[in-house]
Amino acid sequence: MSDLRIFAISGSALSAQSVRLNTIASNMANAGVAGSSPEESYRARYPVFRTVSDPDLGGARTVDVAAVIESNQPGEKRYAPDHPLADEQGYIYMPNVNLVEQMADMIAASRSYQSNLEVMSTARELMIQTLQLGR
Amino acid sequence: MILTLENALGIHPAALEFRSARGKLLAENLANDNTPNYKARDLSFKSVLEAAGGKRLQLQRTHQGHLVSPDDAPLVPKYRVPLHASLDGNTVTTQMEQAEFTENALRYQASLMFLNRRLSGLKAALSDQ
Repeated sequence: MSDLRIFAISGSALSAQSVRLNTIASNMANAGVAGSSPEESYRARYPVFRTVSDPDLGGARTVDVAAVIESNQPGEKRYAPDHPLADEQGYIYMPNVNLVEQMADMIAASRSYQSNLEVMSTARELMIQTLQLGR
Repeated sequence: MILTLENALGIHPAALEFRSARGKLLAENLANDNTPNYKARDLSFKSVLEAAGGKRLQLQRTHQGHLVSPDDAPLVPKYRVPLHASLDGNTVTTQMEQAEFTENALRYQASLMFLNRRLSGLKAALSDQ
C-alpha cells in the first residue's frame, strides 16, 4: 500500500475507539456511586461516532466522535435508610450503568481497536517493501 | 521489438495502484465499523481489469448532461450490498472486511514480488556478465 492516507484513516479510528474505551472505563468506575436524587446520580455516557470526509486527505472517510451523550434510562432506586446519602423516604439512587452491557461494549471496542492497528501494521509492512522495490 | 520499461513490467504497476486504492477503501470500512449510517464501499477488480483491457462496450453519451454509467467509471467506489441489515444503518461486516483486507494485502505483495523479479531479470540482462 503506497497510500499514506491509510495511516490517517486507521489513526482516526484508533482515537475514536479509545474515546469509547475511556467512556466505558468512566461508566464502570462510577457504577457503584450512589446519589440522593435521580438527577444527582451518575449517568452512563456513550460516544456517538460520525464519518468525516476529510478534504485535506482527498475526501478520505475518517471517523471522529461527534458527541458524548448521557443515557436517559432510569437508574435503580434502592431502599437503604442507613445510607448517609439517603433521602427523606430512605432511598438512594444508583447510576443507570449496566455492567454486562459495558463489558460487551468494551470487548467490541478493543476488537475494533485491534483490527485497525492490524490494518496499520500491514500497510506499514507493505510500504517498506514497496520502498525496497528493485534492490 | 520495441522494449520499453512499461512493456517489460506488464500489468503489475497498474495492479499495485488498484490494490493500494482498494486497501485505502477497506481501511475506511474497518475504521467506520461502529459509525451509525456508514455505508461500506469497495472497488471491483473485474470492472477495472475490463476497463484496462478496453474490451467492454461503453454507453454512448451524446450530450454532456448525460450521466456516466457506473460501469464506465471503474475506479469509482461502489457501495456494498450488506449481508444483513443492522439497526444503526451501518453496512460494514468487520470479519469480511478483515478477510478482504488480508487478501488484498497478499495480492499486493504478489504483484510486488513479480515486479521485483522482473526488475532483477532486466538487471541481469543489462549486465555484461
